[in-house]
Amino acid sequence: MSRESSGRSASRDDASVREAMLAAVPSLRAFAISLSANVDRADDLVQETLLRAWANLDSFEPGTNMSAWLFTILRNLFRSEYRKRRREVPDSDGAYADSMKTQPEQSSKVEFEEFREALGKLPSDQREALVLVGASGFSYEEAAEICGCAVGTIKSRVNRARTRLAELLAIESIEDLGPDRELRAVFSGGGS
Amino acid sequence: MKDRKSLRPEGALQVRSTTGRPDPALNREIQTKIGQQLRAIYDDVVDQGVPDRFAELLRNLDAPSVRAKAADKDSGE
Repeated sequence: MSRESSGRSASRDDASVREAMLAAVPSLRAFAISLSANVDRADDLVQETLLRAWANLDSFEPGTNMSAWLFTILRNLFRSEYRKRRREVPDSDGAYADSMKTQPEQSSKVEFEEFREALGKLPSDQREALVLVGASGFSYEEAAEICGCAVGTIKSRVNRARTRLAELLAIESIEDLGPDRELRAVFSGGGS
Repeated sequence: MKDRKSLRPEGALQVRSTTGRPDPALNREIQTKIGQQLRAIYDDVVDQGVPDRFAELLRNLDAPSVRAKAADKDSGE
């Protein structure tokens, strides 16, 4: 990168840029964990994202969404790393759920484990689309930009992810269903 | 991303299909729960805040040496 230009006139901006980056860290981590299925790797990804972003600040357009820009960098880093490692590390179904369990502050509720496991079974492009739209709070348009694809593609990935999750969660929990659950209300025609 | 806590689910995914047949009302319920659980596990991480290593990293980014290092690393890969 030949753009580490002599003094960016922007040292006044640096403080606010740092603040914006700092503010994005918690959700970057959450996104990274959803991608990488490994907390340590996720944190390394976040660190590399911040360094990369800082080194390439000139390519950030002031006034645009800093958070989306950082998510884009992180996602691209993950993708290139993922491609490299793909052959070495088997992407087993349980890996995602297992890694999430190692988080000390996570709720250990059984239903969350179930949900994480189901989430881990989604293809990664569907999972990332679902997380960006359903949890990170990005619009479909922003998510499309982050993933470098069409808005329609994001929409269909999110839909497929939701459908698949519903199937997985429903199938896995048939036996949990007690007669006294609120589900009755739904079945008895109350709708929602 | 701020007022999501209020959507945090109280507990289990309680609404499930016994038949596997598509049921629009049930499906809506399930999708609502899916959304809540997704945000809940995401927010579990968000709520951990900024780990020290990142706060420190960002503080140190001011230093030209770190910035040079980052640039090196960037072009070196």
